[in-house]
Amino acid sequence: MIFSLILGFLLLIIGIYGMLTQKNLIKIVIGFSIVDTGTHIIIVSIGYLRGKTAPIIDSSVDIKNAVNAVVDPIPSALVLTAIVIGLAVTALMLSFIIKLYQKNRSLSVDDYQELKW
Amino acid sequence: MIKRIFILLALLGLVLMFLPFLKDFDFHQELGDLSSQYVEGSINDLNSQNVVTSVIVTYRGLDTLGEVTVLFLATAGVGFLLRKKKTSLRSRRSSELLQTGSQFLFVLIILTGVYIFTHGHLTPGGGFQGGVLITTAFLLLILADINLKFNHSILLFVESFSGVFYVIIGLFGILLIGMNSFLDPAILPLGNFGKLLSAGAIPLIYSIIGLKVGSELTTIIDKMGGE
Repeated sequence: MIFSLILGFLLLIIGIYGMLTQKNLIKIVIGFSIVDTGTHIIIVSIGYLRGKTAPIIDSSVDIKNAVNAVVDPIPSALVLTAIVIGLAVTALMLSFIIKLYQKNRSLSVDDYQELKW
Repeated sequence: MIKRIFILLALLGLVLMFLPFLKDFDFHQELGDLSSQYVEGSINDLNSQNVVTSVIVTYRGLDTLGEVTVLFLATAGVGFLLRKKKTSLRSRRSSELLQTGSQFLFVLIILTGVYIFTHGHLTPGGGFQGGVLITTAFLLLILADINLKFNHSILLFVESFSGVFYVIIGLFGILLIGMNSFLDPAILPLGNFGKLLSAGAIPLIYSIIGLKVGSELTTIIDKMGGE
């Protein structure tokens, strides 16, 4: 579907805009999550084939003609693992934020200038 | 002000980059060569109903091993950052209703998670989804009682055992079938198409992935719950 593709790109751009403009570290992580979701939607909609069903060969799919009845399984497989990895990476970023807040008592990215050039 | 203009320019450049892709994108009408081979191979060679599962566990099995390693690294990072001993938070005890309800639901959610990852080759679902579902059961227990302590040695044992066992099953493929057969599910009998005990080692490998994902994410929420 072209609409889901556009929605994915829209989410991607909204997420990048959020990551670039926000000062709060947690809001930056939220922007990252939105980019993550946008990429997943883009990948899944690339694998979509009009009028075909999920790649599970049960009684609703003719087993002799299965190749012409299912959508692309590879993007689904890629997204499936990417979702769980995204969850773990978000948890890792949040624990960095917890540690930074405990040390400096601030969530604003302006207060962390050690790596600024 | 100048910064905002630069940000808008960067986003505009991004939109211009994506626009040709969107404009010239033509949706395929049928599967590509590789995907067709995967679908046919899943039916004829692997006896697995769920093609996504056979792609994840067999055709891209090495990738999945890498993904599990990334998950392990992220968990290790969380554990390293939040390693402080859990201090008991002074909190009001949650109500009897919440505690009993969470303990009642805990068993059912674990059971659903185990069902999902053992039936990964038959129905939608599999190790990753089942593992996350198992984690939500533990999250429910933490929400009901914030000072709950998990048995870390059991968590650690399940996590390392499933990681090692995953690689050992992969090595059995090399040992029993041939040099190019790392993670080949044909080391076990392939069974009948559509039955629970079919598709060779795929249910076994996916159950191990489920246990690994479940234990690692449980470790993460346990560490983060203490903060």
